Amino acid sequence: MLLAKIKEALCGLYEDIQAEVKEIPEVATEEVVADATDAATDEVKPEASDAAPSKETRTEENAAEQKETEPEEAVEPVEVPGPKETDYKAKGYHLDVELSPEKIPEAAEILNREGFFIESIAGVDWIEEKQLEAVYDFNHFDELCRVVVRTRTARDNPEIPTISHIYQGANWHERETHDFFGIKFTGHPNLEPLLLPEDADFHPLLKDFKA
Amino acid sequence: MNGSLQQDVNQETFTINLGPQHPATHGVLRVKLVMDGEYIVEAEPVLGYIHRMHEKMGENRTWAKFLPNCGRMDYLSAMSYNHGYVAAVERAAGIEVPERAEYLRVITVELNRISSHLLWFGAYVLDLGGFTPLLYAFDDREQILDLLESVTGSRLTYCYFRFGGVYNDIDDSFITGTREFIKRLRKRMPMYDALVTKNIILIKRLKDIGPISKDMARRYGATGPVARGSGINFDVRKHEPYSVYPEFDFDIPVYEEGDSMARYMVRMDEIEQSMRIIEQALDKLPEGEIKPQKAVKMVKPPAGDYYHAVEAARGSFGVRIVSDGTNTAYRMKLRSPTYSNLSLFGEATKGMLLPDALALMGSLDLVIPEIDR
Repeated sequence: MLLAKIKEALCGLYEDIQAEVKEIPEVATEEVVADATDAATDEVKPEASDAAPSKETRTEENAAEQKETEPEEAVEPVEVPGPKETDYKAKGYHLDVELSPEKIPEAAEILNREGFFIESIAGVDWIEEKQLEAVYDFNHFDELCRVVVRTRTARDNPEIPTISHIYQGANWHERETHDFFGIKFTGHPNLEPLLLPEDADFHPLLKDFKA
Repeated sequence: MNGSLQQDVNQETFTINLGPQHPATHGVLRVKLVMDGEYIVEAEPVLGYIHRMHEKMGENRTWAKFLPNCGRMDYLSAMSYNHGYVAAVERAAGIEVPERAEYLRVITVELNRISSHLLWFGAYVLDLGGFTPLLYAFDDREQILDLLESVTGSRLTYCYFRFGGVYNDIDDSFITGTREFIKRLRKRMPMYDALVTKNIILIKRLKDIGPISKDMARRYGATGPVARGSGINFDVRKHEPYSVYPEFDFDIPVYEEGDSMARYMVRMDEIEQSMRIIEQALDKLPEGEIKPQKAVKMVKPPAGDYYHAVEAARGSFGVRIVSDGTNTAYRMKLRSPTYSNLSLFGEATKGMLLPDALALMGSLDLVIPEIDR
């Protein structure tokens, strides 16, 4: 129940990506231009949950149109970006939401509205891909629904907007992640070392850290 | 800084340090306090004095070699940390646990929870100026430590759980000893109630002191007795059932008031609930193996990330592991409950009298090695 609701609400965050995915192969047709403006007006609406379902159906319609006009492109399975339901028993969480860094505060606001609380933020250093990942764990007090929001940022200049103004508890989690990984949470009121010494200029959980 | 308190030109604030060595912090925690007389304008906990980087240690040793680390974070409820870690790895690697082993886990975890709450009870009343209850509480706790020592081999930093089971089976003397202990503690609880809980000095120190609202607990991610003292019915054992907890009949004490007294009452009630779980587990204890038939030699969870949370004595302890399919974790995140519980201290103590803030701090049940990890 809650899972479906939050999934639908979070779907709204993917509108522009979903729009992009279908815009690229269909720039030639005039209909799409009208469609794109529709999408833009949808986005202005503050209620993301309202916009999401209509958007989804539109994606399907478009996909159908696409099949008729350009069959060779439609054969290629395009994975529609969006929140993914996971096998809870195997993974330990219900919903996996991968977003670009600038969408994180928006996602936090949606989760906050639905009454979720933040459990933790975990950094992961993907050194081979030259990326740093931040994994936000959210949970709900009333109903079992674990939502994992994750984002990746460039390893040489890691920046993610803060959510500490939405979830005050994130303040320390972000400071900790900054300590260990050097991820800069932009807009954070006090990104000083928390667990490391106050003059620490190293980030021990980076894979290339040498003691 | 709080403007309203500073507006008066005759007032000036000063900064003091509470800790890093202070009896009320029960470890090396420092709180930077900006004071306006006896009132707190701003309180900022300073952490990390005993930070040991357990998460890095998780990345440079095999899964099994990390087991002893679990007992060294929250040294008062080490068993829950054992449980959280092995459960996370078992989920990741798909290891089955025999039923008897799960029962032994529940029995030892709940005994450990009682011992943790008893120590908190004694130490908290000591913070508030009453020395005697500490000695009574330690007397009871000692019985638990003896019981657990006979099974696990250690008194505090347990490393009893293994992937797929437990290290040692219990014997009859443990079962009779545990039953006797429960009988004894049941007789002692009314005494604690009369001596401490109904004590007018304690009530005056705790009632309406340090209120934490439901919303504040949620925004900071507070769990455990802190959340339950603020009217949030959240206990991982019921909310996200794991192990064999669904087979037992027990209640989750919840108090609506949100003050220090409510958090005190939650823990005192939880002692009784833990005793109920242990009794039922001893009654139903199945025969059988305590380890998997085929010994788990080298754990190599498939690549991916996994999460598992358990209810430790202080709240929800979560382990997030990222595996790359080798015998060592790629990343191990340890979510300790008191870290989140303490993070609301700054907001909760604004404008509060210093002695009241100490009453609030004690009611959070801080264990510093677990916060710093």
